[in-house]
Amino acid sequence: MLTLTPLEVEALRLSLLVSVWAVATSLPFGILCAWLLARRQFFGKSLFDGLIHLPLVLPPVVVGYALLVSFGRKGIIGGWLYDTLGISFAFNWKGAALASAVIAFPLMVRAIRLSLESVDRGVEAAAATLGAGPVRVFFTITLPLALPGVLAGVILAFARSLSEFGATITFVSNIPGETRTLPLALYGLTQVPSGEAAAFRLCVISVVIALATLIASDALARRIERRMRG
Amino acid sequence: MLDVALRKMNGNFQIDLAFQSDGAMVTALFGRSGSGKTSVIDMVAGLVRPNEGRVAVDGRVLFDSQRGLDLPPARRRIGYVFQDGRLFPHYTVRGNLVYGMERTPAAERCIRFDSVIEVLGIGPLLDRRPGKLSGGEKQRVAIGRALLTSPRLLLMDEPLASLDGARKAELLPFIARLPGQFGVPILYVSHSTDEVLRLADHLVLLEAGKARDSGTVEEVMSRPSFAAVSGEQDLASVIIATVSDHDPAYGTTHLTFPGGVLRVPLITAEPGRRLRVRIDAGDVMLALTKPSGLSVQNIFAARVSSLRHDNEQVDVGLDLGCALQSRISAQACADLGLAVGMPLFALIKSAAISRSDIAEHEPAMVSQKLGEQET
Repeated sequence: MLTLTPLEVEALRLSLLVSVWAVATSLPFGILCAWLLARRQFFGKSLFDGLIHLPLVLPPVVVGYALLVSFGRKGIIGGWLYDTLGISFAFNWKGAALASAVIAFPLMVRAIRLSLESVDRGVEAAAATLGAGPVRVFFTITLPLALPGVLAGVILAFARSLSEFGATITFVSNIPGETRTLPLALYGLTQVPSGEAAAFRLCVISVVIALATLIASDALARRIERRMRG
Repeated sequence: MLDVALRKMNGNFQIDLAFQSDGAMVTALFGRSGSGKTSVIDMVAGLVRPNEGRVAVDGRVLFDSQRGLDLPPARRRIGYVFQDGRLFPHYTVRGNLVYGMERTPAAERCIRFDSVIEVLGIGPLLDRRPGKLSGGEKQRVAIGRALLTSPRLLLMDEPLASLDGARKAELLPFIARLPGQFGVPILYVSHSTDEVLRLADHLVLLEAGKARDSGTVEEVMSRPSFAAVSGEQDLASVIIATVSDHDPAYGTTHLTFPGGVLRVPLITAEPGRRLRVRIDAGDVMLALTKPSGLSVQNIFAARVSSLRHDNEQVDVGLDLGCALQSRISAQACADLGLAVGMPLFALIKSAAISRSDIAEHEPAMVSQKLGEQET
C-alpha cells in the first residue's frame, strides 16, 4: 500500500520536474516584471500589467491554445526557436513547464510586487549615501528585504504549477513519461472504468505534496523573519 | 567650505536658499517642522534633485545645474545620519558598519574602524541585529556607519528627535565629540535650541524654505530673527564664558566672561571649560545706579549700545565687554530716560539661568584636520 506504482512514480517525478523548472526559469523574469510594476512609471504600464495578469483570468485552455499556436513546432516563436536553437516545446515536458510557468506567472509577480512595494525606500536611500550604486542597492538591500514576498511568490507559483491541467493538456497533450503529470494522470484514470482506487491514491499523493510544500514554506518564512528581527 | 545654493518648487512650497559655512565645523540648519530642513539636506546628499542651484563641499562641486553636473548620492562622499536611523535590518551591527566602509576606496579611508567603535561605545553591539537595539544605540550605529565611509561632510537630520530626554542627553556628548575627533564637518538639522547651543558653530535659520539669517551661533541666537523662527517669546543673548570655580555650599558655579563673574546654578563642567550661556532678555534688569541691599548677585557695569522699540517693549542692546540684551517695557525705558551710550548696570538673577541654558562648547577648528587627530 505504501509503495508507489511505476505510474505514480513517473507522474510524481514529472510533476516535480515540470514545476521546479517552471518556477526556477520564470523567477528572474517575475522579479524583473514585479520591479517594473512596483518602481517604474512608463508608457503602457496598465497594458503591461494587464498582459501579465491575463493568464489569471483567461480559461487555461485559451492559454494552452495560444501557446500551441505560438510555441508549437510550426508556431511563430516555436518554429524560430527550433530552426535556430534546436529547442522544441512541442509535446514534451519542457512544453509542460512553459505552460505551468505562464499560468503561474501572475501569482508570482503579484506576491513579489507587493513585497517590493513595502520595502522602505528610505533604507535604500541610506545605502545609496553609503556608496552603493542602484544595482548594488537592489541586490544587497531591496531583494533581501523583499525575500519573504519572493518566497511567497515562489510557493504560490510552485503550487499552481503542480495543479496545472488545462493549458498543459491543450498545449502538450497527455503523453506518458513526457507530459503526464499528476493531474493529467489522475484525469486519465477517471476516464477508465475501475480506475477509482488508483485515482484515489493520486489524490492522496497530491494532498501530501501540497501540505508538505506549505509547511516547508512556512518554516522557511519564519526563519527569514527571525533572521531579520535579530 | 560648504557652499549651498538651492531652488526647488515642490507643489506650492518653494525652497530657495543659499548659505556658506565659512570655516565652521558644525553648521546648524535651524527651523520649525515644515520649514524645509530635511528637503535641503536631501538635496545636498543628492537624494532629491533641485530645480537649479549649486552644491560644493571643500571646493568639490557635487551639483551645478548650469554645468549640468549632478553626482549620484553614491559618489558624493557625504555621510547621512537619518532621523529614524534607517539601519539595515538584515545585517548585523558590524555588517551595517562596514557596508559603506567596504565601498570606500582604501586610499580614502581615513577614519579607522576601531576608533569609531571606541568613540561611539558600540563594541559590545557588533554581533547584534538592529531590531534588538535601543533607540540611542541605533543612532550611534547609524552615526558610525556614516562616519566609516570617511565622508567629506556629515549630514545629521535631527538625530535626537526620536529619543526621549535621557537618551538625548546620553547621545549628545558623542555627537559633540565627532568634529574634533574625526575632523569631519557636520551639517546638523535641528529645531532644538539646546542642541544648537551645544553643538553648532555656525547657524542658518530656515523659514518657509528660505534662509532668514546666517552667522555664528552667538550672533544669530542673539538676534530677533532667532526668537521669531524658534517661536521663543523672548529675545535672548548668548555669551561665551569659562568655568572658574564651583561653590557647592551655596549651590553655585562661578563663570568668568568679559563682563565679570557670572554666578549660575551649580553645574558639573570642570574649571577651565568653555561654555555658552543663553540669557533671556526678559531676565536682564537695568538700574541707573549700582544697587545695594539687593538679593540679585550678578550686577555688571554696562553701556547702552542700541535701542529697538517693539510695540510696548524695548530691546536694549548692552555692551559690557560682550553684547547682552535686555527687554524692558517702553514705560520703563521712558522713565529711565535710556539713550545710546548711557552707562548703567545690568542685573541678572542667577536662578533665571537654568541648566539647559548652559552648554559646553569647544569649537573644533577646520584646520584641525585628520593629520592632527588624536590616535
